[in-house]
Amino acid sequence: MNEFVFFLNKGLTSGLIIGSIYALGAIGVTLIFGILRFAHFAHGDMMTLGAFVTLILTAVLAAMGIVLPLPLAFVAMFPAMIITAVLAIGLDRVFYKPLRQAGAKPVILVMASVGVTLMLQGLIRLFAGVRSRNMFVEAPKEIFQIPFPGASRKLVITEPQVLLILFTIIAVIALHWFLTRSRLGKAMRAVSDNPDLAKITGINTNHVVWATWIIGGSLACAAGTLLSMDVTLKPDLSFNILLPIFAATIVGGIGQPYGAIAGGFLVGFCESLAVFNWAILLRPFKDDLWFEIPRNMALVPTEYKLMVPFLILIIVLIYRPTGIFKGRVL
Amino acid sequence: MSLLDITDLEAGYGQMSILKGVNMSLEAGEIGVIVGPNGAGKSTTLKAIFGMLNITGGAIRFDGNDITGMRSEKLAEHRIAFVPQENNVFASLSVHENLEMGAYVRRDDFSDVLDHVYEIFPPLKEKRDQPAGELSGGQRQMVAFGRALMIEPKLILLDEPTAGLSPMFMSQIFDRVIAINKTGVTVAMVEQNAKQALAIAHKGFVLAGGQNSYTDSGQNLLNNPEVARSFLGG
Ligand SMILES: Nc1ncnc2c1ncn2[C@@H]1O[C@H](COP(=O)(O)OP(=O)(O)OP(=O)(O)O)[C@@H](O)[C@H]1O
Ligand SMILES: [Mg+2]
Repeated sequence: MNEFVFFLNKGLTSGLIIGSIYALGAIGVTLIFGILRFAHFAHGDMMTLGAFVTLILTAVLAAMGIVLPLPLAFVAMFPAMIITAVLAIGLDRVFYKPLRQAGAKPVILVMASVGVTLMLQGLIRLFAGVRSRNMFVEAPKEIFQIPFPGASRKLVITEPQVLLILFTIIAVIALHWFLTRSRLGKAMRAVSDNPDLAKITGINTNHVVWATWIIGGSLACAAGTLLSMDVTLKPDLSFNILLPIFAATIVGGIGQPYGAIAGGFLVGFCESLAVFNWAILLRPFKDDLWFEIPRNMALVPTEYKLMVPFLILIIVLIYRPTGIFKGRVL
Repeated sequence: MSLLDITDLEAGYGQMSILKGVNMSLEAGEIGVIVGPNGAGKSTTLKAIFGMLNITGGAIRFDGNDITGMRSEKLAEHRIAFVPQENNVFASLSVHENLEMGAYVRRDDFSDVLDHVYEIFPPLKEKRDQPAGELSGGQRQMVAFGRALMIEPKLILLDEPTAGLSPMFMSQIFDRVIAINKTGVTVAMVEQNAKQALAIAHKGFVLAGGQNSYTDSGQNLLNNPEVARSFLGG
């Protein structure tokens, strides 16, 4: 039973956690692709940027001596989401919009976004250095230990993890509501579906573009913040996360927000199950087995975790290039 | 003064010039039909009116305003609607959402127009929650047509609304065009079924090679032996 609880902690919870992060990032990438027709490679650094904005606001709140029942970083995240959304619109104004208006090909916008990535990374290192930081300025993070019936080992989940899961659920419901009920949300789907007809119909493309960056930017900020709260905030946060997010986007079907959510969790679970040491689950049965259980039976060593989204990506591109939800083909 | 006035319109795709002087004028309440061989520039003319290509010469006036090269988004506010020949519905949106999008520029209550569209196209009401991409060709044309009606247009541009439809569906669509025109909407329509279309037209325009080759009333064009021989198949 203890082994099973260990599996829940290391395999399932961690899949759920990292899957939520990927889903929040992939929603932005897929919406930007659907509306603006390019792969936004700077999305990972938008997450780092958002997390740093949160860190600054958190430090300000802590300096003011504010004490709240929730972690300060979580509270500071909401204004930081607004700031990041504004910054995202600003980046679009300065870098992407002029190219769009000049009728640039998508690949040029992709290259521009690589440039924005490098720029953001440089700026963040310039002002924040390279060391990792703790988002818990005021107090250490709270850890909940939940007793599991029939086991001495306890289910472990931290407060930021609970907040992350709750936030993701609410964000997904809000997004669904926005896309299917609101006038602007439907217009976003219309532009993604058929941009020429959307213009003919008189849909204001500028509003739709703003909405895209607001959603993409604010969710990137939330994902970056919540990931940093779960581990630590590092300037190279985006490095390890960009590939899985693009894998999630493509697996889910490019341009499909629900696909991005499904893809995010799929990639997250595959990753955490691939690095899980399955030997631990077999140990209780060691007397009945005809073979010696090796010490480590993980499918992929932890250091090679990044291989998993890469493999998923290759398999999907070969066997189902449109993804689970029938998105566009790159 | 005419509602729509096109004089010596020259336009093309990028550097390629396609229209080499198209003239067309429609009074309010008329049906104008554009016919001509494939590649004559019929669709291009409608796209040029709707601000979708490079206009290199000539002028388009609507209701006293110069709308030459005006952006598509703006034309909906002038109550001009366009149903393109292809990809004319939002395939992944439901029928109802397609109609709602048609009314995007309206900030007033449009529920009566919505009811009216469902009334003239009963199959749409039945399929209102289905994605438009899953409908039959004829039903999709109805969605496209209905979507365009949502702004209560003064002028509606239709590009081959009967393309690929069975004769029964075709006459249904023509009946709708007449009915909508009776409510005061001016119609400019490109049609491959030239004889039937010219029969309901107040004015007809025969285009060839990006220019008018005949311009007359619909009836006169039908009776013109030369037009009949070269464009209407005898
Ligand atoms: N998107 C485009 N880019 C470049 N050239 C185009 C484009 N669309 C049409 N053309 C060219 O413009 C010319 C006129 O095309 P247009 O679509 O206006 O013809 P049409 O009269 O509508 O014909 P049809 O009856 O086949 O619909 C054709 O020679 C065509 O090759
Ligand atoms: Mg055509």
